[in-house]
Amino acid sequence: MGKKPVKTAPEGDVAISSRIRLARNIGAYPFTTRMTKAQSAEILSKVKDAVLGDEEVQKHGFSFLELQAMNALERQFLVEKHLISPEFAEGDISRAAIISKDGKISIMVNEEDHLRLQCIFPGMQTDEAWKLCSDIDTKLERKLEYAFDKNFGYLTCCPTNVGTGIRASVMLHLPALSMTGYIKGILENCSKIGIAVRGAYGENSEASGNMFQISNQVTLGQTEEEIIAGIGSITSQILEQERILRSELYGQNPLRLEDRIFRSYGILTNARIISSEESLKLLSDVRLGVIMGLIGGLELEDLNEIMLMIQPAYLQKLSGGQLKPDERDQRRAELVRMKLKDSEQQGME
Amino acid sequence: MLCQQCQKREANVHFTQILNGTKTETYLCSQCANDKGKLTFSPQLNLGDFLWGFPGFGENGGFAEAEQPREVHCDFCGMNFDDFRKTGKVGCANCYRTFRDNLSPILRRLHGNTEHKGKMPGKLTECIKTGNEIGKLKEELATAIVREEYEKAAELRDRIRNLEGSGNKCGGV
Repeated sequence: MGKKPVKTAPEGDVAISSRIRLARNIGAYPFTTRMTKAQSAEILSKVKDAVLGDEEVQKHGFSFLELQAMNALERQFLVEKHLISPEFAEGDISRAAIISKDGKISIMVNEEDHLRLQCIFPGMQTDEAWKLCSDIDTKLERKLEYAFDKNFGYLTCCPTNVGTGIRASVMLHLPALSMTGYIKGILENCSKIGIAVRGAYGENSEASGNMFQISNQVTLGQTEEEIIAGIGSITSQILEQERILRSELYGQNPLRLEDRIFRSYGILTNARIISSEESLKLLSDVRLGVIMGLIGGLELEDLNEIMLMIQPAYLQKLSGGQLKPDERDQRRAELVRMKLKDSEQQGME
Repeated sequence: MLCQQCQKREANVHFTQILNGTKTETYLCSQCANDKGKLTFSPQLNLGDFLWGFPGFGENGGFAEAEQPREVHCDFCGMNFDDFRKTGKVGCANCYRTFRDNLSPILRRLHGNTEHKGKMPGKLTECIKTGNEIGKLKEELATAIVREEYEKAAELRDRIRNLEGSGNKCGGV
């Protein structure tokens, strides 16, 4: 295996990102499913005051995006960046996304719960994400009376989130486990122990670039630290399996794996029309090639950026307006080609 | 073959629906299939229905407390338990108090537990500390009285009163 090290976030050869989300509600108002439009506006202004009124919280440089003021494309853009959820992008009650300058923190107001506080870190950094999330939560809680019950903990609109209100998740790139089919066993075992695994960009793993999101289901009866440690230990086992399989795949038949990786690279650097599904699939191979040191001159950050760029709303934003599906496929191929060529040149210098 | 719906256009879509083990096959033209697709798929099974399907939650289930609250409404948001059953969503914080006995088994089913561990609002952490402190002082007070140490007992009584006064803010949780 080529040994040129690539810059990665902690465990970044497999772990793409870590996310902590906390669900909170303000006790004095009905939950979002039963609140009036006027109440939704009051909640929004309370949260806004709590965020903008706290100097320490404001250090993160939050910007305030009112969903009602945004068009469909702009909303979709935030969904693709994983800053807001797809459900949140719809509806006509007062909603906002409050996002920090570095993009690590986002607070969705009046999604399923009054507040959804979320922190995303690159690589495997659930502890760091939890620390930051809990810190912001503690500061906001001084100004907002959260709905809390001594027995049930933090009260949420859906009983699946009651207690800690936490969802800890890690996005993993698992090409070797997918190629060999071992992923199925892992998915089954995870579901047995209350861990959810989802394809990150859809159900078909191949088409979604072999990206999987691992997250906890249980939120009540365990501390946040226990829940995060659980996700951490499952993740490290999956990481280990993936690494072993990657080197076995290469060891058994180096040429075959190299061939696959370079074919994918070849298509991405030459195609004139490409769908987002195909690009995600090929980018998965290229990512593997970069991590294994087979493809030089590319950084994982470049690939992460490309993965964002090729999604419909981002693509259209970059192009400055609505594009028809076939125009998108052309524009996507062009952007990927340019971006890969640029990165390659920079890598050589 | 003609479309079974409009009986005019050629059927080119084959629908197979398996509902509760009964298989229904339908042949439609693409236009009717398109219209039908929007109408006939039963709405998604929501969490409320899903939980209701478990033994112990259904109308014929064994738990007496799960059958009770048809007429009970949450006096804050107006939700009744049927609303929860239909949507799987709880109306407000007060609903968790109103329907505590009905929601408890559901939470146990979902999480294997009904007692929160972990982070609490800062104010509450203080309240619990105060509560524990009061408990300790009351025990000391009882001992002091038994031992006829009245001066100490009076002092303890004042400290308890003070703490209880500060603890009033904690009410209602």
